[in-house]
Amino acid sequence: MSEFSAGEYKYGFTTDVATESLPPGLDENVIRQISRGRGEPDFMLQFRLKGYETWLKMEEPAWAAVDYERINYQTIQYYSVPKKADGKPTYESIDQVPAEILATFAKLGIPLDEQKRLSGVAVDAVFDSVSIATTHQQKLFDAGVVFCSFGEALHQFPALIERWLGSVVPTADNYFAALNSAVFSDGSFVYIPPHVRCPLELSTYFRINNTESGQFERTLIIADVGSHVSYLEGCTAPKTSKNQLHAAVVELVALDDAEIKYSTVQNWYAGDPETGKGGIFNFVTKRGACRGRRSKISWTQVEAGSAITWKYPSCILQGDGSVGEFYSVALTNGRMQADTGTKMIHLGRDTRSTIISKGISADHSSNVYRGLVQVHRKAEGARNYTCCDSMLVGKDAQARTYPYVDVQNQGAQVEHEASTSRLSEDQLFYLRARGLSHEDAVAAIVTGFCKDVLDVLPLEFAAEARKLLTLKLENSVG
Amino acid sequence: MLTITDLHVTVAGQTDKAGPLDVLKGLSLSVAAGQVHAIMGPNGSGKSTLAKTLAGHPAYTITGGSIQLDGADLTGVEPEVRVQRGVFVGFQYPVEVPGVNNAEFLRLAFNAQRKVRNEPELNAKDFAPILAERVRLAEAPEDFPGRQLNAGMSGGQRKRNEILQMFVLEPRLAVLDETDSGLDIDAIKAVARGINAFRRADRAIVLITHFQRLLDLVRPDRVHVLQAGRIVKSGGPELAAELERSGYEGGSAAGAAG
Repeated sequence: MSEFSAGEYKYGFTTDVATESLPPGLDENVIRQISRGRGEPDFMLQFRLKGYETWLKMEEPAWAAVDYERINYQTIQYYSVPKKADGKPTYESIDQVPAEILATFAKLGIPLDEQKRLSGVAVDAVFDSVSIATTHQQKLFDAGVVFCSFGEALHQFPALIERWLGSVVPTADNYFAALNSAVFSDGSFVYIPPHVRCPLELSTYFRINNTESGQFERTLIIADVGSHVSYLEGCTAPKTSKNQLHAAVVELVALDDAEIKYSTVQNWYAGDPETGKGGIFNFVTKRGACRGRRSKISWTQVEAGSAITWKYPSCILQGDGSVGEFYSVALTNGRMQADTGTKMIHLGRDTRSTIISKGISADHSSNVYRGLVQVHRKAEGARNYTCCDSMLVGKDAQARTYPYVDVQNQGAQVEHEASTSRLSEDQLFYLRARGLSHEDAVAAIVTGFCKDVLDVLPLEFAAEARKLLTLKLENSVG
Repeated sequence: MLTITDLHVTVAGQTDKAGPLDVLKGLSLSVAAGQVHAIMGPNGSGKSTLAKTLAGHPAYTITGGSIQLDGADLTGVEPEVRVQRGVFVGFQYPVEVPGVNNAEFLRLAFNAQRKVRNEPELNAKDFAPILAERVRLAEAPEDFPGRQLNAGMSGGQRKRNEILQMFVLEPRLAVLDETDSGLDIDAIKAVARGINAFRRADRAIVLITHFQRLLDLVRPDRVHVLQAGRIVKSGGPELAAELERSGYEGGSAAGAAG
């Protein structure tokens, strides 16, 4: 069993790299410095300042079923970038990226250099606040696909950004979205032109390294008429005894007949499993707008890390006949707390949504599904199917489900199923009595439980997710 | 092949004032390769305890005596290692594992043994014809590979799935705990044909059953009566018929009942 003491967090290392950081604390001046440091156009600065003003007037939300000491926003560092000799905000080529950083990503299984990079997947690697490199640029360029860091997009495609930024998640949407609007540093930008099927999976890998900084990235994906894109996101962070704030915003826009598939495997450091000390506060706003007719947005997430997760990837089903999907596995162990789910807002006619949520809670953790299905008056023929399953591991874990349903159209069909089960010693024993190792037995049971979600993950991610879930639970079971 | 000597077993959760209660109290049994032995006995006599103890269930603790397979002690050996040594226990109540595809599970189990023998593991495509052959041998329903592992199966189907698992793992010692209960007549016949096909000079089979019917179809070499935690009577196949006529209390077997 000894190799599995590595249920321990294996991404908990830090990389020694010189950084340029602003001192901790937040005021208007800090925001102006971020914007200036990144050489941003004026509309961006105005967006930030508006976000800051809004944030100042808002209260930190307290409705989620999570418990933490209040965050002191003046002790967080809002900007931290690896130091560059030429002082420019972005790397122009991979040759400029410090070797330590390339090594870090290689160690995380994300090789960025041309020879070793993942085939079939274009990766944008984000290290603390900045995008380090984006692979396969040429192949994407040939297809007309834009996939680059947010900072680069601001310089090359300011009009696209000005048009769509904040159009799905307005600055005043919620406390953390407002904060992100004010201080976000980098992230990824994707634009798929009309009728283009993106030839590669697009992927952003987020790595927090600086243990003093918060991470505030922003992702914006626009799928133009009749286009198709699959986007993956992975995350890790070092082990520290302090909590770190990760407040990201992701906005998706799908126009007529466009389809966006957005997958996340989240494995931020979850804090000490015994004491609950440290770990990432993952307070994230993700929302997709199905603006066009027959458009489709599909969220798939495997949430296996973070001390606290507060996250509800949602779909606004505005276009007639549009489709929203949410497939989620949320695993909590140790002292982790997760309050996660989705919102499906049916505005257009004949809109359809599917919600499949699998929660696994082990040890002393708490796992909440919170979801809203809302059908507006004019959403004739709207349909939703929701299935929430919880699995408890051990005696001290908690699982709760809060499905909110708000239907204002008589013709809508809304279905809800829910179940709670326990990963039992008897199942484990049964599989071992057929020759499976303890590890394989846990893996079989857990992946069986999560089957409906793992089946819709892109292939490379499904294998990784299966491994991650097994590793996380190995120490919690028997 | 299997030698059980003066076996005492306690079960987690079953205690009286004096402490944990022995469920098996000095059970001895010897089964040679090539033989089929039947174990019969009233409810609560310890039949399933014997089966689960042989499989290495963590809730069952051996407090005395020994279990040896070909001279090697099985006490304290992990369940999956017992499988590697050739032990298979078909359970009375096979557990549901939802979402796990039967064929995929059988492939995992099959590959786990190949791994131990340093043979390359088989992918789904290469395993499919092997599985099809085993389904045929076990006389299992053809749709079994596509089903989930016991989830959504009736009690009888689960028992037949156990027989299929036995054919996939090809153990040297198979212990089948009431595999015949819950089966309709046709299914019992199919299971019996499967067990007979599995008989071989180098394999031993222990059938735990309540019913003569199975033993009419699978002729045992020896029949044992288990009562109050130990074997109280042993005989040839005629003993099963005698029990069927006069019950466990009726004959001379009733010594240790209480």
